[in-house]
Amino acid sequence: MQQLMLGNHAVARGAWEAGVRVAAAYPGTPSTEIIEALARYPEVYAEWSVNEKVALEVAIGSSIAGGRALAAMKHVGVNVAADPLMTLAYTGVNAGLVLVSADDPNLYSSQNEQDNRFYARFAQIPCLEPSDSQEAKEMIKEAFVLSETFDTAVMLRLTTRVAHSQGVVELGERREVPLREYIKAPAKYVMLPAHGRERHKAVEERRRRLEDYVETAPWNRVEWGDRRVGVITSGIAYHYVKEALPGVSVLKLGVSYPLPARLIRDFISAVEVCYVVEELEPFLEDQIRAWGLKVTGKELLPRIGELSPRIVAEGIGRKVAAVDSSLVNSSLLQEPAFKPAAGLPGRPPLMCPGCPHRGVFYTLRELSLTVAGDIGCYTLGASPPLNSMDTCICMGASVGVALGMEKARGGEFARRLVSVIGDSTFLHSGMTGLLDMVYNRGTGTLIILDNGTTAMTGHQDHPGTGFTAAHDPTFKADLEQVVRGLGIKRVRVVDPYNLEETRQAISEETAAPEPSVIIARRKCALLTGGSGTYEVEKAVCVSCGSCLELGCPAISMEEEGALIDQVQCNGCGLCSQVCPAEAIVKVGAGNE
Amino acid sequence: MNREVTSILLVGVGGQGTVLAGRVLARAAMSLGGEVKVSDIHGMAQRGGSVVTQVRFGPKVYAPVVETGTADYLVAFEKLEACRWLPYLREDGQLIVNNQEIPPLPVLTGAAVYPPNLLAEMGKRVKNISVIDALNFARRAGNVKTLNMVLMGVLARHLPMDREAWEEALAESVPERFLEVNKRAFQLGWEAAL
Repeated sequence: MQQLMLGNHAVARGAWEAGVRVAAAYPGTPSTEIIEALARYPEVYAEWSVNEKVALEVAIGSSIAGGRALAAMKHVGVNVAADPLMTLAYTGVNAGLVLVSADDPNLYSSQNEQDNRFYARFAQIPCLEPSDSQEAKEMIKEAFVLSETFDTAVMLRLTTRVAHSQGVVELGERREVPLREYIKAPAKYVMLPAHGRERHKAVEERRRRLEDYVETAPWNRVEWGDRRVGVITSGIAYHYVKEALPGVSVLKLGVSYPLPARLIRDFISAVEVCYVVEELEPFLEDQIRAWGLKVTGKELLPRIGELSPRIVAEGIGRKVAAVDSSLVNSSLLQEPAFKPAAGLPGRPPLMCPGCPHRGVFYTLRELSLTVAGDIGCYTLGASPPLNSMDTCICMGASVGVALGMEKARGGEFARRLVSVIGDSTFLHSGMTGLLDMVYNRGTGTLIILDNGTTAMTGHQDHPGTGFTAAHDPTFKADLEQVVRGLGIKRVRVVDPYNLEETRQAISEETAAPEPSVIIARRKCALLTGGSGTYEVEKAVCVSCGSCLELGCPAISMEEEGALIDQVQCNGCGLCSQVCPAEAIVKVGAGNE
Repeated sequence: MNREVTSILLVGVGGQGTVLAGRVLARAAMSLGGEVKVSDIHGMAQRGGSVVTQVRFGPKVYAPVVETGTADYLVAFEKLEACRWLPYLREDGQLIVNNQEIPPLPVLTGAAVYPPNLLAEMGKRVKNISVIDALNFARRAGNVKTLNMVLMGVLARHLPMDREAWEEALAESVPERFLEVNKRAFQLGWEAAL
């Protein structure tokens, strides 16, 4: 049976078919749908972990105990999980373990674009790179087998364009894989120095065996075309090469670590000139060059952002066309018929109408505070017109960054400073930062923007929502109690729809020379759907534009004054609070 | 690009339903028996940003992305987005544009102006252009959110898939309780395209 499938759903399906028992992840674009899909299979235990480090640890436990396991995360999530990963490379596995790293070239929804193939090489674990949904499904099945055959974790590296594109997939059935026997083996799983030294030798020995395997692995294949030009490629770049250079010979590497030296050497000597086409870093290219082989790659192709058929054609196609123009898709070398129109207004992402974060950021701007920010919808507080975020480094960084600012510039600076973090992010990695602030006598104020969900990635549950990944009810972490438990004495909850209350709380807490936490609590507007709408009384409106300062997509200015789009308005009422003329009222209120 | 492959771009504003429209289109295209690939990038663009869904189908499809200057069809759910993505259309490609204006934030705050005469300007440059008031048809169908299916109905007239394939694709993609209204919207688009 065939089905159109998202790359991530294909990964989930393949893992299911391979008999995976335990799957763990923290949501992050572009990886989120893997666990969402796995949570729907009754044979699989799938969880939203508190963060990626814990997710990988859960997977490791499952593997050691004998059940096939998967951990999925976005590229920056692997940074969080890097600590267990490097040692997992030493212990190896019992049942198969696959780590899915979903990288985000072009930063569609990330703070950087890092190439996680380097993590595979760093840890010396095999890296498989599917180029579409069908391959994703097949490769992850093979990855479990490889994992058990070579006693190693395996990385499956996706990129956004593979994770989030759909292709036709041939479905298979689940093969139940019995639990492997659990054997206590401290020399393998207790990495104290004496054991670690021994296991490091095993890592080296495994790498040599893997180097033999990749020479004949079916995922590394040559598609012969014209032998005057060869291209070595991997992942989605393979498809761009096939579009742009339909006539050339291609070595498609499905395994990008370790590389098949013999296969690559033979391929290069069989063609007259050889190019490497890969997204982001010259990962393949550098290794191939280190063997003294001649290839050309990043000289002609960008090291930043996604590739595309046109970029490949323009970078390499012109050289290839000089050999034989029939090898190149010439339409990709022609200028498009329509030029981009100049001066079109951009359409930046923005906080939704009724977003509870808006009131907090509006207040922070009014108070001219320095704001150490974090990762989530609220990162949009950095955009105009709110412009109220000074830093955003990585998940959970806000409190630590604010503490560092205070330690560098002193307590007075902390009176004009707050850190902000979402509820999911606080539980992910903000708790440790807050504990650090208390322990090290910081005096800052943390605002937890508690909208009761992981909104940015599409409303996943977390320990503060009271529901699991499978939507079963569970223990609901109480943020006030958690914060108190970490040593914060000044804790208060405010309604971010109430600007006066919010402003007062922030003013008082930042003024206090001791650490404090404000929980700004309101459900995500996309989950509640709002309550009633607001409208402008045209006769009263003075067209001052104060309401526009909220950056609400439902509000615009016409010649006769402000206008509220009734379809978009969620009724948060912030606009009526900022209007100096009191021209904005709840719809229907005038008739009372 | 490979001319045996049909490349379609659906562009609009976050929340207009391009992703669902893309799913229906792709499922209908599967009835042709070849390969189908769809790419939609979401993330921050969900929050009211400019969005694009790319669909390609044919006997053999490699890249899931449509390159500039190569789209056979550009279906724009909003006028400004039509203009923004126009360079993706090939010279004799078909532009289908919903006659709706959604001002982006810089326009709302007064930092920029919504360009006037977009349709007239595009009409001068593009040979094949159909303008449709999809919002109005969607309202007539019974739900303004079905404007995406109105546009699919218009597009369907240009594509080789038969009516049944579209009906099945709709039924597979839309929740039961919204199926009838979406079918009506599709039908109105289908009729309007004549």
